[in-house]
Amino acid sequence: MKFINDIKKNPGLYLILLPVLIWFIIFAYTPMFGLVMAFENYTPKGGFFGSKFVGFKHFADFFSSVFFGRLMRNTIMISVLNLIFSFPAAIIFALMLNEVKNKAFKKTIQTVSYLPYFISLVIVCGLVATFTASDGAITDLIVGLGGKRQNYLGQPQYFRTIYILSDMWQGIGFSSIIYLAALSGIDQELYEAASLDGAGHIQKLIHVTLPGISTTIITLLILRMGTLFAVGYEKIILLYSTNTYETADVISSYVYRKGLQEFNYSYSAAVGLFNSVINTVLLVASNKLSKKFTETSLF
Amino acid sequence: MKIKESPSRVAFLIINYILLAVFGLLFITPVWHVVMASFSDAAKLTSHTGIVWWPLGNINLGGYQIVLSSPSILTGYANTAFYVIVGTSISMLLTIMGAYALSRKTMRYRNVFMLFISFTMLFNGGMIPTYMVVKDVVHLYDTRWAVIIPTAISVFNLIILRTGFQQVPESLIESAKLDGASEWTIMFRIIVPLSKATIAVIVLYYAVGLWNSWFQAMIYLKGRDKYPLQLILREILLLNDTGVMTTSADAVKNVQLERKLVKYCTIIVSTLPIMCFYPFIQKYFTKGVMIGAVKG
Repeated sequence: MKFINDIKKNPGLYLILLPVLIWFIIFAYTPMFGLVMAFENYTPKGGFFGSKFVGFKHFADFFSSVFFGRLMRNTIMISVLNLIFSFPAAIIFALMLNEVKNKAFKKTIQTVSYLPYFISLVIVCGLVATFTASDGAITDLIVGLGGKRQNYLGQPQYFRTIYILSDMWQGIGFSSIIYLAALSGIDQELYEAASLDGAGHIQKLIHVTLPGISTTIITLLILRMGTLFAVGYEKIILLYSTNTYETADVISSYVYRKGLQEFNYSYSAAVGLFNSVINTVLLVASNKLSKKFTETSLF
Repeated sequence: MKIKESPSRVAFLIINYILLAVFGLLFITPVWHVVMASFSDAAKLTSHTGIVWWPLGNINLGGYQIVLSSPSILTGYANTAFYVIVGTSISMLLTIMGAYALSRKTMRYRNVFMLFISFTMLFNGGMIPTYMVVKDVVHLYDTRWAVIIPTAISVFNLIILRTGFQQVPESLIESAKLDGASEWTIMFRIIVPLSKATIAVIVLYYAVGLWNSWFQAMIYLKGRDKYPLQLILREILLLNDTGVMTTSADAVKNVQLERKLVKYCTIIVSTLPIMCFYPFIQKYFTKGVMIGAVKG
């Protein structure tokens, strides 16, 4: 009864902790147990433990549905393409800023680059929709360059491009902060020593600068791998439409649509569980990797 | 000592400056366009193509008149103010309480509880079971609490704050205890004031998160009178429903005519509060990145 003794020893602390624990039990652990609904035909009346049990039916339905392939493809494509473009872009942006000696210029560009990060997602998506509409400013530019006048956001073949470019616009500046901090942490003597050895600027970049921030890069890259299947549904739901489901619909947005718009609660809970399991496996694996290579990890 | 740069280096530096200036323009132009367009003449704006560099026609405040007299925008603003203020307070209270209790070494099982809490970062029930809990178990559906309570604690913030609290020397707590201070007093009179910088970062994280939040409101709220600003914005900007701005039929027609202008004015009106606090928010968010990187 060591636990009871501990409570007796710290009654004040346990009292403070109690509301927090209750919150976690209700809003984190009850839904976890609620996942049994993925194996039932859930009805609000029956609840989590009184609805009819159907086993793996919903999983089988999902794996054999025509949407399975499309959702996997879209989720991976958006995630991987976004990684390929956004991830190095923030590093390159930081490296470019790092070469600037004029403090005022550097500060101005930095401040301007953070700005989009603080505009709410709804407004950013609203801007994207307005600019790429058939009478939007970006469409006007495309027409000026000889392109077609159309609503670009409504075309399946452009959805990923629009999604990734707007993500970059919103995120590059803010993501570069961490690299700029790592860059400013590099010992200046290393550069001086390299100069004495006759190294040029490119050699310094390869032998001093990049090794100096490689830990940061690898850590962030590995942690990013852990979220490869966790494409955020918010931006997708804000930007997609029936026309673009073909390229835009990802697992999480499908869960939302099936569950909360079409009320297939149990089926969508099953799809959600499938996605959560993949996410957890990737997260654990990426953390193991991160620990191994860089001795840093999330947990 | 001035070192003469090689010609290739000078060329590189010039190109670097030019490219960065172009990037800077890419970041700011959309924002500039919106600001300028919002002061433009409605008819000229509708027929204009390309970026608006300067207000078209005479400076026109008509769009702002429509936006600022729109009942949905105003209730949206009021609701968002409620969600941000009440939500941030509840989130901070719970996060501070959790972080404080779990930072105290006198608690023998704190690591067990920490594991209990951290595990939820790794795995969670997901959207649908959480929705069912909010709706059918705790019955928060269509109440304002549904926007605030289910997302009240961010484990990440709790861990950051706990690490911050652990920096406070144990001796301070010991001596306060000898003076007869309760845990509650120690938490709010000693630990919290000593961790102001971290607290400020986390307050801003929660506040900006609540300001931006729309999804919770969309799935849990039925009554439009409880809609936060972002959800109204979604209707105007993304569902192209400018009709929500007004109630009378005449005014609806007017809004249709000035739809483009009204959209731009809506964006400005709803971004202004964040931009007013921008230098402040930027400072603490930047700080937050480093705290998260070191301690997270």
